[in-house]
Formats: sequence, C-alpha cells, structure tokens
Amino acid sequence: MVPVSYYLLLAAALFALAVTGIFLNRKNVIILLMCIELMLLAVNFNFIAFSRMLDDVVGQVFVFFILTVAAAEAAIGLAILVVLFRSRRSINVDDLDTMKG
Amino acid sequence: MENIYLTIVLAPLVAAVVAGFLGRQIGRAGAHWVTILGVAVAFVLSLVVAKDVFIDGAEVFNQAVYIWAVTGNLSMEIGFLIDPLSALMMVVVTFVSLMVHVYTIGYMRDDPGYQRFFSYISLFTFAMLMLVMSNNFLQLFFGWEAVGLVSYLLIGFWYRKPTAIFANMKAFIVNRVGDFGFLLGIGALLYYAGSLDYFTVFAQAEEIQATTVNIWGDAQWSALTLACILLFIGAMGKSAQVPLHVWLPDSMEGPTPISALIHAATMVTAGIFMVARMSPLFEYSTAALSFVLVIGATTAFFMGLLGLVQNDIKRVVAYSTLSQLGYMTVALGVSAYAAGMFHLMTHAFFKALLFLAAGSVIIGMHHVQDMRQMGGLRRYMPVTYATVVIGTLALVGFPGFSGYFSKDALIEAVHAANIPGSTYAYWCVLIGVFITALYSFRLLFMVFHGEERFDRHTREHLHESPRVVTVPLILLAIPSVAIGWLTIQPLLFGGAFAESIFVLPANDTLAVVGEKFTSPAGFVVHGFATPALYLAFAGALTAWFLYIKRPDIPAALQERFHRTYSVLEHKYYFDAFNEQVLARGSRFFGGALWRGGDQGIIDGVLVNGSARAVGWLSGLVRRVQTGYLYHYAFTMVIGLCLILAWLLTRG
Amino acid sequence: MIGHVLFFALAAVLLSAAVGVITSRNPVYSAMFLVLAFFVSAGLWLLLEAEFLAIVLVLVYVGAVMVLFLFVVMMLDINLARLREGFSRYAPLGAVVSLVIVALLANVFWFRAQDTPLMMTPELRSAEVSNTRELGSVLYTEHVYAFELAAVILLVAIVAAITLTMRRRPGLKVQDVARQVAVRREDRVRLVKMDADKE
Repeated sequence: MVPVSYYLLLAAALFALAVTGIFLNRKNVIILLMCIELMLLAVNFNFIAFSRMLDDVVGQVFVFFILTVAAAEAAIGLAILVVLFRSRRSINVDDLDTMKG
Repeated sequence: MENIYLTIVLAPLVAAVVAGFLGRQIGRAGAHWVTILGVAVAFVLSLVVAKDVFIDGAEVFNQAVYIWAVTGNLSMEIGFLIDPLSALMMVVVTFVSLMVHVYTIGYMRDDPGYQRFFSYISLFTFAMLMLVMSNNFLQLFFGWEAVGLVSYLLIGFWYRKPTAIFANMKAFIVNRVGDFGFLLGIGALLYYAGSLDYFTVFAQAEEIQATTVNIWGDAQWSALTLACILLFIGAMGKSAQVPLHVWLPDSMEGPTPISALIHAATMVTAGIFMVARMSPLFEYSTAALSFVLVIGATTAFFMGLLGLVQNDIKRVVAYSTLSQLGYMTVALGVSAYAAGMFHLMTHAFFKALLFLAAGSVIIGMHHVQDMRQMGGLRRYMPVTYATVVIGTLALVGFPGFSGYFSKDALIEAVHAANIPGSTYAYWCVLIGVFITALYSFRLLFMVFHGEERFDRHTREHLHESPRVVTVPLILLAIPSVAIGWLTIQPLLFGGAFAESIFVLPANDTLAVVGEKFTSPAGFVVHGFATPALYLAFAGALTAWFLYIKRPDIPAALQERFHRTYSVLEHKYYFDAFNEQVLARGSRFFGGALWRGGDQGIIDGVLVNGSARAVGWLSGLVRRVQTGYLYHYAFTMVIGLCLILAWLLTRG
Repeated sequence: MIGHVLFFALAAVLLSAAVGVITSRNPVYSAMFLVLAFFVSAGLWLLLEAEFLAIVLVLVYVGAVMVLFLFVVMMLDINLARLREGFSRYAPLGAVVSLVIVALLANVFWFRAQDTPLMMTPELRSAEVSNTRELGSVLYTEHVYAFELAAVILLVAIVAAITLTMRRRPGLKVQDVARQVAVRREDRVRLVKMDADKE
C-alpha cells in the first residue's frame, strides 16, 4: 500500500491546480464550476485517505454527502448559467457587473 | 384645620382655572365673580386662621399634606407651616389681592383680556399663598417661580406693546439671575443638611456654620454664610435690591392693579418674607447679615434719589417701592426681622393704596401718566385725593400713621445695631426719610395741587373714578392709617411672632428699642425726640417750596447740576451697563459659541465632518466593490490562504 | 510495489487531466479532461479500498453531472475568443497562491507531522470485508437524518433547476389541470330550448 501522506500531497496538488484554474479562467463561469468540482474532489481525497488511516468509515460517509451536495450545486449552478445566458447572451463574467460599487 | 389651609390655597387656583379656561363661557361678569369669590373665601379663612394663631394661640401647624417623591433619604413634599409669620402674610396677601380684584373691575372695564387678567391675578394669589405657607424649600421654590411666572405674564399683559414685552423679558431675565443664586442656596443647604424641610435644616444651623468651604484661593468660608448669601441673592432678584433692581421700574408697563398687587404689596416682599423665615439661618452668620444690611441700605437711599427725577406717576411710586424694600432689607440686616415684617405689612397697605390711587388718576386722565401734564386734580377727584394724602402721610411716616410706627421702629433698630455696616446703613435710612418725604410730596403737589397743566379736552372728561375703584381705596386707607397703632405692640415687642422668628440675644436690636417702648402713644411722643421726624417735615417743606411756592426753582436746579441730574436721569447707568456690557457681552459670547463652537466644531467637524469622513472612506472602499465576481472569488481564496497560513504557523 | 506503480501512474494522469481542465481553450475539452480526472480518481479510490465511493463517483459524476456540463456547454453559443482575453493576466497571482497552498500543506506533512501516523501505510484488508456493507450500516443508522436531509437537498435542487430554466413561450398551448378540475357545468354545456320539430 501507498502511505497516506502521498494521497494527501496529491490532493494538495490537485487543490492548488484548481485554485490556479480559478485565477486563469476567471471569465468563464463553466470552467469556474469545473474548478470547484476539482477542489471538492481534492477534499474528498483527503477524507478517504484519513478514513483509511484511522480505519473509520465515517470519513467515507462524509464524502458521500459531499458528492450529494456537489451534485446539487452543479445542477443549480448550471441552471443559473442557462438563465443568465438567456438574458445576457453571454456567460462572460465581465458582463456581470451590476454589483459594482 | 388642614382642610381650611387647603381651601385657602386651592380656592384661588380653582377660580383661576375656571376664569382662564372657561373665560369665554362664563363671560366677563362670571370671570370676576368667580375669582373674587375664590379670593374672598381665601381671605375669610385666612382671618379665621389668623384669629386662631394670634388670639387663641394655636399650636404651630407643620405637616406635609402630600408626598410628591421620595429618593433615598430625600423626601419631596407639599406641606404647610402655619405660624404667626405665615398667618400674617396670608392675611396681607389675600386682603390686598381681594382689594385689587375689586378694583380691577373698574380699571380693566374696557380691556379685551378681562377674563385672562382675572385668571392671572387669582393664579398669582395661589402661588403667593403656596410660597408663604410652605414648610419646605421645594415648595418655597415652586411658589417663588410661580409668582415670577405670573409677574412675567402680567407685565407683558398688553402683549402688543413692544415696551411691555421688553419689560417682561427684562423682569424674567433679571429674576433668573437671582433665582440662580436662590437655587444654589437651596442646593447648598440640601447638601449640608440633607433635607428640604425647614425645621430639619434650622436645627443644624450651627453645624453648618462650623463647616467651611473653599471657594477660591485659600479663603475659608462658612458654609452657612455662603448658603445665606446665595439665598439672599434670590431675594435680591425678587425683592429688587441693587443691583438686581432694574426690572421693577420697567414692570410698570403692566396694568396698574398688578403694579399694586405684585410689584408693590406682595410678590416683591417675598424676598423679605423668605429672609425672615430663614432667620434661624441668617442669625448665625454675621457676614451674611452685613451683606444684607449694606445692600438694603444702598437700595433704600439711592433708589429713593431716583424717585426725585421721575415724571411718570407710576415710576415715582415704583422707585418709592424700591426704596421701601431697601428699608425692609435693612431691618433684616440688623436682625430686626419683626420690624421688617411689620414694615412689609404696613407698606403693603399704603403702597397698594398709592398704586391704586395712581391708577385711579390714570383712569381719570385717560391713560396719561406724565405728572407734568397734571396738576390741581384734587378738585376733580376728591376721594382719590384724600386717599393719596393718607397714603403719602403713611409713607413719609407722619406720627400716628402706620408707616410712622414701622419706619421709626426700623430706624431705631438700625441705630441700636452694631454689626459691620450699620453706621452706613443708619445714615442711609435717615437721609432716606428726607428723600422719601421729598418725592412723595412732590408727587402729591405735582398731581393734585398747583396749576392745571392738562388740555381742555381732558378736563371735560375728568371725573372721580367709579365706586369699584374708590371703595378699595377707602378700604386700603383704613389699615394705612390704623394698622400701625393697633399692631406695633404685639408684633414688635409682644412676641406675636413667637417661635417663627429667631434672634440671637446678642443681635436683638428690637429689644433695645423695646426697652423704651411703653405704648403706641408713647412711641408717637418719643418720635418727636428723633431726627427722623424732623427730616420728614423738612422733606415735605422742601417739596412744598419747590413745587408750589417757586415752581421755577427745580428747572434752575436741573440746569445748575445737570451732571448730577443726568446721572439720576439715567438711573446711575445700570441699564446702560447691563445693555452695553452684560447683554452685548453675552450676545458676543453667544455669537462666538454659535459660530465657533456650534457651526465650526459641532456642525463643521463633528456632524458634517464625520459625514464627510464616512463619504471619503466609502469613496475609497467602493473601489473594492468592482462588481466582478472573480474579484470576490479571488478575495475569498486569498483570504482562505491567509487563514490557513495563520492556523498552521501560529505554533 | 504494484500499488506504488499504479498510484504514481494514476496520480500523474490525474494531475495532467487537472492541468488540461484549467488550460483548455474549449470548455468541451475541459469537460472531457474533467471526466478523465474523475475516472482516474475513481481508480485511486479503489486503491484506497473505498470501492463504493469509487463506483458512485463514476456513476454520479461521470454519468450524470458531467453529461449535464457537456449539455450546457454545447447548448450555449459561447464566444470563446472573448472568454480567453487576458487569460494569463492573473496567472502569476494564481501561481503564487497555489504555491503558498502547496508549501503550507507540505510544511505540515514533512515538518510538523513527522511523528504522527500520517506517514503510516494502511494495511490491506482481507477480501471478506465489504466496504458497501460497512458504509450502509453506518449511513442508515447513525447518519440516517443527515441522509434524509441529503435527499431533500437533492429534491430541492431538482425543483430549483427546473424552476430556473423553465420558460413560458407565448402562444404555447398548455394544459392547466387546476382549471380543468375547477370547471363547472355551465362553462361547458349550454342548454338550448328548441321546438322538437317545426316544419
């Protein structure tokens, strides 16, 4: 078996990549959503790795719930995206500046 | 008895409320009937109380009738203290008030504010009774302020007249100065004695005397002296003593009945009454007594001088009032409280008489008040003339008249005194007698004797005043003649005031006077051996010579001594000083505070400044709110990193 | 040994896929890379003996969520050129932030967690142990309320997604059940009195 820390490092790298992705694709909401999925995946990695390390199945239960919430979030996020596109003909974040102070 | 006391106080109040709020419904006759009834009830019951106290020798009634509030050990009550002092004041107040009520029917006949006037004077009677019947400082202060309020309302009764409005403002503001001292005095006593009740405070007089306070520098003041002087400053305001006297002459802008009631007979004597009531305190402070004495003597002499140059008939009487108030104050200063109260009582009668008579003249002259346009009126107004003669004789102290007894006893008491300032005071009051006679007879001669200086139109309408005016004059003339003869024995030497006035044996000047006293007649005879009587005669003669025999001399004197005359004409420049220095100074100070403090600091820096600061900061911060989602996301991510870093590195 | 080889191979593919997700020019490619990442993750989870979750990841994510992503991406007519403007403007900042995160986490692993069981290697479990049974026995007992709550969340998400995207086009013929039920005789039937036969 592989040491737990390997998984944790892998998750950290994945998380960091997802953060970078948010910075890179700041204008494209779809890819932003995908980056969030990646982050959640990284978190799930940690949960499962710790679950194995401590031999406690509750960590996996948590992952299960995270998957549920992530699915709901993705569904609603995409729905909002569709509505947004319908009204603005664009999903460019630059066009969404109604909140400008 | 408690119900009687309550009725005495409340009858005028109810009448005032009815006349004031239902004036339109009950009409003019209704207004004067209800208020006269109210005051008459109070007067009759006061007589009952006086009989009870003086003749039957009833116990002193000192009891709270209502407890208003209790905080800690301090109980704020409404209560009555009925002893000889207050009984005497009650009779005087209700009697003069009743006379003035009746007189007003005639004087104010054509005035549109008829009901209002009656309501005010009844309210005044209520307030004054509250003041004199009080058994604690709180209620005293209530009465004190309430009479001040009514005085203000009545001076400005003709509120369309600018001079009246000016005068009532002046009276109010000058009285504020006095009241400030008064309130501080009450506060000081409350602080040192821990109670508002008279007797509780009196009982601690000696302890308070022993306490010292440090006002400034290293000077140690007795707390009692301080409190007494502060209280007396209040009395100076209300009783118009120099330098807070300036409002009283101007208060003559009000209708004559109230000049008689408030500004001569009763309210202005509240200060005298208060000091007499506080005699257990003042007795222990020679410094305060000296202060009282000097102020009183100054007022008595110098205000009398001003009466010599006035031409307005009411103002002459007003300065005379100031001078007589000074006499009373002098009596207080030499511990002859009984003499002060005695003079207060006699003065209330004859000065109310003189004022009402002056009002009668004014009615006859169709509201001309300048004595230079009168003369020879005795043929047209015999009753008024006769009463003025009686009033004048009483005022100058003609032997046998009420003023003689009170004033002579007073001067004798001053002569017997030996506290600091008593020599000055003695000369002031002595020469004051001459001055009093001079201006009193000047008024008498200028108005009722000599050639007729009014025009033909006035003469056609000139007639004696109606009966509602003359009857009060006659009724007031009777005590002006007789009251001194009747009451000097018990009041001054017979101990009628009993426990209500406290005099230390060392200060008891009246006792010195009393040693020689045998009977009223004896007192009259004794009067011929004192300089006062001859000075009064001299004054009368001088007046006769100047204004009847050689009317050209006054004008020549005026030319000759125009500088002195000008000082008198301008009333020693008190008004000018007040207006130029105090009023302008405080306006300047207020302006500076307004511009600098209010507009500059509060508005500019604090209010608008803080708003500007918030606006500026917001302008800065709003740049952060770009509206771009990713900026917010970045902020979140970076923030997350920082929190993570903090959590991991904190050790 | 084989575990190590598998791990490193899958990890390399996972990170490459992640890089692909964030750098692809076309969102469709991003989505495809994401699918790859999920597949590989599922493999890695199998290595960790979390078989149930691995299967769920493939079924739910790859089968449902990612299909949804693809649908949306293809359905919307996106101006790609504009979306790519200034692509690398914030890249340095992103890199810094990522490095900070990696540094911080690495710091934890190598310096602060040396003596903790973090570095241990979990033992392989015997073949009899059923991950699914294990998970289920906890999920339906201890965490049953949370489980039901998750179901509600999903329901709400379905309703929300439909409500948000449903659109009423004017002139569309729709059936209003409420009105159909509320209908009364007078609305539909008109009684006409007429003579039976009039020649």
